[in-house]
Parts: sequence; structure tokens; C-alpha cells
Amino acid sequence: MADPGDNATPLLDELEKGPWPSFVTEIKSMASENKMCKDLLGQLEKSYREKRGYWKHGGIVGVMGYGGGVIGRYSFLAEEYPNVAHFHTLRINQPSGWFYTSDAIRGLCDVWEKHGSGLTNMHGSTGDIVFLGTVTDELEPTFAELTEHGFDLGGSGSDMRTPSCCVGPARCEWACYDTLHLTNDLTQTFQDELHRPAFPYKFKFKMAGCPNDCVASIARSDMSIIGTWRDDIRIDQAEVKKYVDGGINIHKDIYANCPTRCISWDGETLTIDNANCVKCMHCINAMPKALRPGTDRGATILLGAKAPIVEGALLGSVLVPFIKIEPPYTELKDLVERIWDFWGEHGKNRERVGELIQRVGLGNFLEAIEVEPLPEMVAHPRENPYVFYEEYFEEGDEDEEEEEDE
Amino acid sequence: MVTDRKTDIGPPNYEQFLPPIVKANYGKWKYHEVLKPGVMVHVGESGDKLFTVRAASPRLLSITKLRAFADLADKYCGGHLRFTSRNNVEFLLTDQANIDPLIADLKKMNHPVGGIGNSISNIVHTQGWVHCHSAATDASGVVKCVMDDLHEYFTEMKLPGKLRVALACCLNMCGAVHCSDIAILGVHRRPPKVDHGKLNKLCEIPSVVSSCPTAAIRPTTVDGKPSVEVDEDLCMFCANCFSVCPSMSISDPLNDGVSIWVGGKVSNARVEPMFSKLAIPYLPNNPPRWPEVVGAVRKIVEVWAEGAHKYERMGEFIARIGWPRFFKLTGIEFTKEHIDDFKHAGLTYKRSAQLRHV
Ligand code: HEM
Ligand code: HEM
Ligand code: SF4
Ligand code: SF4
Ligand code: SF4
Ligand code: SF4
Repeated sequence: MADPGDNATPLLDELEKGPWPSFVTEIKSMASENKMCKDLLGQLEKSYREKRGYWKHGGIVGVMGYGGGVIGRYSFLAEEYPNVAHFHTLRINQPSGWFYTSDAIRGLCDVWEKHGSGLTNMHGSTGDIVFLGTVTDELEPTFAELTEHGFDLGGSGSDMRTPSCCVGPARCEWACYDTLHLTNDLTQTFQDELHRPAFPYKFKFKMAGCPNDCVASIARSDMSIIGTWRDDIRIDQAEVKKYVDGGINIHKDIYANCPTRCISWDGETLTIDNANCVKCMHCINAMPKALRPGTDRGATILLGAKAPIVEGALLGSVLVPFIKIEPPYTELKDLVERIWDFWGEHGKNRERVGELIQRVGLGNFLEAIEVEPLPEMVAHPRENPYVFYEEYFEEGDEDEEEEEDE
Repeated sequence: MVTDRKTDIGPPNYEQFLPPIVKANYGKWKYHEVLKPGVMVHVGESGDKLFTVRAASPRLLSITKLRAFADLADKYCGGHLRFTSRNNVEFLLTDQANIDPLIADLKKMNHPVGGIGNSISNIVHTQGWVHCHSAATDASGVVKCVMDDLHEYFTEMKLPGKLRVALACCLNMCGAVHCSDIAILGVHRRPPKVDHGKLNKLCEIPSVVSSCPTAAIRPTTVDGKPSVEVDEDLCMFCANCFSVCPSMSISDPLNDGVSIWVGGKVSNARVEPMFSKLAIPYLPNNPPRWPEVVGAVRKIVEVWAEGAHKYERMGEFIARIGWPRFFKLTGIEFTKEHIDDFKHAGLTYKRSAQLRHV
């Protein structure tokens, strides 16, 4: 029976206690039927004891014809835990919005029961379904069966990473464009860029249907597409009254929290100075039955967000203040191609687009991708007076100027 | 043979997975209401009602559990389910009478329901010791301990606003934790140890040298073999060199640990998105229950829960009361490490005399 020696995991067992669902319980539930899970528990227990990880760098492993989608992983403790000597991860491109049928889930489970650890992440932080842990020889068979079930791998390495989106129009009244459709369309359009790394570094798209940005696109995608509108917020005055009767204090709860104080209330009617509304969503979030985004909808495109590595963290900054987002998304795709071209040519190895922009300057970057500078792109104009003037007159220019004026 | 090998098919089209009620009301939802913790209803222009039940997940799920979720979806939801951006699982129902039985079944499986409205949703996190070579701390374990402690805030809605917690096990920050109300970040504190014997075989010296953001790495020769040396005074323990070269091992059980950052947000509501700022430079790795980390996070949550105005996120709260009072209320010591010394550090110094003197 219970072997207090090799298989004991006293430290991990502590993580089966408490009300939150336990990942240890998940691994243990597979350990009797799957040797990888048993050895994973063993190695993890040792990590808990020694306070360090025991995984080596990934080697280059993958499926034929693809450069991305598999994270190679090998154990330092291969002799002690031979069943996790290889423990590679597959990233599988999720359906937009993370909707599934029970049959689709079961299909994925059947593939992974046969070919791997039976452990998953639903989902990785880029959005992919993560199949956690298998050996090199199982990669190709897993891939073959996945494609039979209609699934394909996601991105990894210096490629376009798997695009992902918020639940959008499928279940949210605030979605200002079809985040699911655009995500699926971009993913399908750029299959080659997704599977065959040819960029200086990774490139991520995230689509959020409104400025609440439930997928954190502004913080973690190179191109963040955030839904917005440019006409008036729709107001149902009767519902506003009901919120007031229900205890909302418009002055304190709404007006004082409106970034531009463009909303007012005279006890009867709610008025919004829409020209000064910056579409922050606060009033709509607070009174969802009374207020709704306008109907002239599109998106703001922001560029360049990234985590700290290598040159420090960045938030996305405005590239296109407003664009209509409608199939076949030609204008957007043309813009993306111009950005990739410039980045491909001028980006250094492991330089994200955001870092490239910092290096060459937003002004020069805009010129290269043929986008006009706009005041919406900056928090404020420059404060420093060292301007690299590029336009100036030379003697004799005046005559030409006058001619043009005629 | 590979003749009928399929490639580049892309993901399955989401449309085939949408529940019929979602298809019928796609883009035509009118409003939603939170009915009780973890349960909301979306009402369509058509009058159709879609009920959502959101349940916690450890993110790392076995196929056994996924099959159990699939069975629940069959039993209550016509075979449909989805996952959220914070790794929760959501069941979409059309029959209101099914809500409570579903919640009861989820409870039996130890998956608490909550995370909607003014609550703490699931902690977005990364791989840690379960799968990554770079981890300075575990991910799933720390998350489990912190959420065990905070779960009342997941299953109830008693907070002034939303609170988003994220964890990344090293500075690569795969979970992009740098814009969270509370971020838990694994940190190394010692320079890499160079394996001079192997480096030249495993790594390209110029790319190791250029990987360092502070130019701390120089080419050198050790025992006749080309290698690199690290100027320890310049190293900020980012592990970027280790990412490009396995012979620059940086993990150090004695010194690796966790830092805590606060006050970031990504939504545009009220104030603009902002980065999280350093609250606690270092807490030890103390598995299996990380009591120091759990205690620190709870203290910060409680200070915010008690002091914040309605809607106020952590960063807005701190902006109103000021950083000095944040440190006073939380009892966290302010140290030299809290003061930025990287690029543009000067922008983070206090550049006015607007101070509170109480
Ligand atoms: C230079 C910076 C980065 C490096 C070197 C890096 C490296 C890695 C490595 C080695 C893994 C594999 C972990 C495993 O063994 O499964 C990983 C996983 C992952 N990374 Fe990164 N990463 C970086 C930044 C980021 C950022 C900024 C994001 C997202 C915004 C990200 C998203 C992911 C995701 C989604 C995974 C899959 C596993 C998970 O969800 O935890 N990475 N990364
Ligand atoms: C009340 C109506 C709202 C609905 C229906 C809604 C919908 C959602 C959904 C479906 C998710 C994914 C949930 C999860 O992963 O657990 C989410 C996450 C999120 N929401 Fe909302 N949201 C709402 C309001 C807001 C508001 C008011 C804010 C900001 C103040 C906001 C900010 C976020 C953020 C930051 C995330 C997490 C993103 C991440 O880090 O993954 N949401 N929201
Ligand atoms: S980002 Fe906006 S549209 Fe998308 S789910 Fe969140 S609130 Fe809805
Ligand atoms: S959306 Fe924001 S800026 Fe616009 S009126 Fe409402 S609170 Fe004010
Ligand atoms: S944050 Fe660091 S340690 Fe964690 S999964 Fe990403 S690269 Fe690995
Ligand atoms: S850890 Fe970072 S700062 Fe230190 S030597 Fe390596 S790359 Fe340079």
C-alpha cells in the first residue's frame, strides 16, 4: 500500500488542502494511469523541497514544416524521473472567445490521453490551449490527430503569436466590433506568419470589444485593437431614474469619476457633453441598463505593449485613433503588413515593435509606415526643445512659395 | 506517408461552438445584471435571457476534470461551455432553474462559483516549477495558497471595486503582470553563474554579450576557453542572458523569492491604464504554503477594501491617499530598492511640494 518512500509527496499534499481547486489534485488524478504525471509529482516535490526548478532550456523540437507551436522541455533529473526526461508542451490554437462544445472538449481529451500527460492549461496566457508534457516521438502523432479533430497549433518563438479576444458580441452588449470574427480572420489570414517564425521577435494581437479591455490588450499585445464609438452615448432617462431611486448618487458615483466631468444631472435629466467624452466606460459600467455605447462604432489601434524584457515594460500607444472594423479588414491588414515590413527590415534580433519605435522615434516610425502624425498619438506635445528640424528654407525658396500661393 | 497530412488549417471556426441562444442574439445583447456571486444574466434586444455561471479553475486541468466539465455542460447547458481570459470556466444556461443544481454540482467537485462584479477573480499566472526552466518561484502553488486565503472575496461581492491579481514566476512575465492591482513576481537576486567549461559549446558569445540590457557581460578567456564574465555591480538579475544561454544559470534557492507590486490596471474606466509599482522588493520562497506572501497580499487587500471609495481600483485609491500613507497603512517598509534607478528614473521622483504631512 502507501509507500512512504519514493512516491510520498508530503509538501505537495499540503496544497490539496483549502477551498481553492488544487492543481496537485489534478496531477494526482492522472498519476495512477500516467507515468509522466507520477514522475512530474516526484520532480515537483523535489522542487518544493529544494526551492528550485529542475527544467532545462527547451531544445528545438516541433512538427514537420512548422517552426512554432511546441515548447521543448527536458529535465535535469532524467535519471531519477525518466518519464519526464522529455516533457514538451504543445500550444493549440483556441477557437475565438474560448467557446467549446462538450464533444470538442472530449475530442481534445481523447487525443491527449493517448499521446501525452493528460494535463492541460485552459488556457495559456496568450490564449492557446496548452497540452502540458509529452515526448518528442509523440509530437507528430498528436499533431496528426489534432488536425483530424479540426485543431491546429498556435505560435511560439519569433512569429505571430496566437491572436486572442474578449467574449465580445457573443455575450457582451458593449462590444463595438466583432472581436471573434476579426480574431479568427487574422489567424486564418496569417497562418504562415503564425507557424513559421520569420520575425525579429514575437508579435501579438489582442482584440478587446470596448475600452474595459477584458483581455488586457493594452498591456500585453504588440497590436491592441480596442473597440470604441464616435457618436453619442445612448441614454434611457427612465432607467437612469431607476438607478437614482435605487441609490446611485450621480454626482458622487458618476460625475466625480468621469475623467472629463462631461456628464451632468439636474435631478430629472442626464446630459452628456459627448464631444468631451473620452469613452472611458465608467458611466456605462455603473449603469448598464441606462447607458449604452453609441452606434457609430469601430476601434482604436494601439501599438507596442510588452513586458519588461529586454528594454523595459511598455503600454501600447495610439496608432490609429478610430478605424471602422468590418470584413474583409483590408485597411487594417495593409497597415499590419507595412508595420511588419519595416520591423522585419530594421528590427534587431529580439527587439519587439514597441522597442523599435522607442529606438527610432515614433515620428520616424510613422513616416516609414506611411501614417500621418496626429495629436491623438501623444499625451502632450514635446517638452524638450531639441527639435531635429527637417524642413527649412534656403535662399531663393521664397519665389517658389509665392508661385504656389497663386 | 505524409500525403494527406493536414497543415495550416488554423483553429476551428468558433461559430460551430456557439450555443444557439448566443447565435440568435449575437451582437444584439441589450444589458446584463449580476444576479448573485458568480452568476449574471445577459438580456437580448429580443428579450432572450442567457445565464452565466462562472467557476474557479486552477488553470492546470487534467483530462479527467475536463471530461467532468463536459458532462456538466451536457447536463445543464445543451453541451456548451467556455473559458475566460482569467482561466475561469463558464457555463451558459437558458433555463434559470438549472443554476442552483449546477452550482451544487460544481461545489461537490470543489470548484467555487464567483469572480463576477466587485470581487477578486482568478489569479492569472504562469508555469513555475511545473514546467519552466526560468522560474524564480512556483506559480500554481503560490496561487493556490493566496486564493485559499482570499477565496471569500471570490465567492462574495463585498469589495469596493474589482481587484485583479496576477503572478509571473520570473521577469519574463509571461502573464504580463505589470498592469495588475496586485502583482506577485518571482525574482532572482544574484548574478548568473557562468559555466566556463560548457559555454563556448552551447552558446554564441556575441549574442550572450548583447543580451544584457546593462552591458554587464564581456567576452573573456578562462583556462584557454572562450567564455564571458559578468560585472556583478552592473547586473540587475533579469536573467535575460540565461534566456539566450543555458550556461548562465541564475537560479539560487538561497536568494530567489517573490516581490509584490501594486496599483496597475488595464481598463480605461475613469483613469488611464497604468503600471503596477513596487510595494515589497523581496519575500522568501517558503513552500509549500508561502505564508509571507499570503500574509502580505491579504494585508494589502484589506487596507484597500477598508479605505477605497466605491469603484476605486488599487491604483486610484493609492493616488488619492498618497504613497506615504499606503506604506504607513500596510506597515510595509520603504527602502532604497523602492526608488527607481533605471532609464528615466527621474520621472518617478516627486517633482512638487504637494505633500500630505499627517
Ligand atoms: C523575453 C521575454 C520572455 C521569454 C524569454 C519567455 C519565455 C517563455 C518560456 C521559456 C516559456 C515556457 C514555459 C514553459 O516551460 O511552459 C514561456 C511560456 C509562455 N509565455 Fe513567455 N516569455 C517571455 C515573455 C512573455 C510575455 C511578455 C508573454 C505574454 C504577454 C508571454 C506569454 C507566454 C505564454 C502564454 C506562455 C505559455 C505558458 C503560460 O501561459 O504560462 N511570454 N515563455
Ligand atoms: C460588468 C460588465 C462586464 C462584463 C460582462 C465583463 C466581461 C468580462 C469577461 C467575460 C471577462 C473575462 C472574465 C474572466 O476571465 O474571469 C472579463 C475580464 C476582465 N474585465 Fe470585464 N467585464 C465587465 C466589466 C468590466 C469593467 C467595468 C472592467 C474595468 C473596470 C473590466 C475589466 C476587466 C479586466 C481587467 C478583466 C481581466 C482581463 C485579464 O487580465 O485577463 N471589466 N470581463
Ligand atoms: S472588453 Fe468590453 S466588449 Fe469585451 S467583454 Fe470586456 S466589457 Fe465586453
Ligand atoms: S464614458 Fe467616461 S468620459 Fe464618457 S461620459 Fe461616461 S464617464 Fe465620462
Ligand atoms: S514567467 Fe518566466 S518562469 Fe514563468 S513561465 Fe514565463 S519564462 Fe517561465
Ligand atoms: S542577469 Fe540580466 S543584467 Fe545580469 S548579466 Fe544577465 S542579462 Fe545582464
